[in-house]
Amino acid sequence: MTPIQLVFLFVAFATLWAAFMVVTRNNLVHAALFLVIALFGVAVLFVMLEAGFLAVIQVLVYIGAIAILMIFAVMLTRGDVDDIPDITNRYAGWVGLVAVLFFSSLVILMAQWPSFTALAKPILSSRDTIVELGTALVSPNGYVIPFEVASVMLLAALIGALVVARPRKGK
Amino acid sequence: MLDQWLFVGIFVSIAAVFPLLPLVMARFLAPRKPNRIKQETYECGIETVGDTWVQFKIQYYVYALVFLIFDIETVFLYPWAVSFDVLPLFAVFEGVLFILILAAGLFYAWRKGALEWS
Repeated sequence: MTPIQLVFLFVAFATLWAAFMVVTRNNLVHAALFLVIALFGVAVLFVMLEAGFLAVIQVLVYIGAIAILMIFAVMLTRGDVDDIPDITNRYAGWVGLVAVLFFSSLVILMAQWPSFTALAKPILSSRDTIVELGTALVSPNGYVIPFEVASVMLLAALIGALVVARPRKGK
Repeated sequence: MLDQWLFVGIFVSIAAVFPLLPLVMARFLAPRKPNRIKQETYECGIETVGDTWVQFKIQYYVYALVFLIFDIETVFLYPWAVSFDVLPLFAVFEGVLFILILAAGLFYAWRKGALEWS
């Protein structure tokens, strides 16, 4: 077994373990913190697939922003975080069984597909992909209009968020 | 290619071990004689008031939302910044325009007093 495979197994198990902890914690803040570990594991998997840009985005956006926003939302909305009823469902065993059956049948079905074990074609090194992406984003023949539209959309989202979250006058 | 990430991996591992090491060492080395006052939550040397799991002020949420928008902005600016030295001048200005449009949003937030603590 190569070191890469060892790292993959470790990261994959850590990600699955963290994801399992997310759905079994009663305390929502703890669940959100375990979600950060799971998201980080996915970022490492992106790196191992040589998708450096996606890994950076995963850490920057999902861990840096989405997870923080979730923790904020939990801490802002719940008066008492500890006071949560038992979250286990009495059909949990059956649901688990169905999920395992569904997943294994999907894997068996997909394994029949001839290119299931095929390796991906080698791509450019990570820096070159990002340079290509950056050039395409701002070139007039590429995606410059969506690029600028994204800016306007973010502006609209920012103003909308401020209008919604601002305290009303006289309250 | 993965070799480049090896250094990031080593860095992350050290960053994870570094804060854990003193905690583990303290667990094995430090003598433990707990009493009620020692077990209390430390908060700047002042006695804590009430429960720690309190509801936070909604004003924090506005900061989180503004932060989220500018975080998403980075996704677009990061490839633009990496390819900065191969881009023609007008393409650089397209990125500047992108920043200026969002700066208008920051200006709006500032004028509406969203950045002030009231």
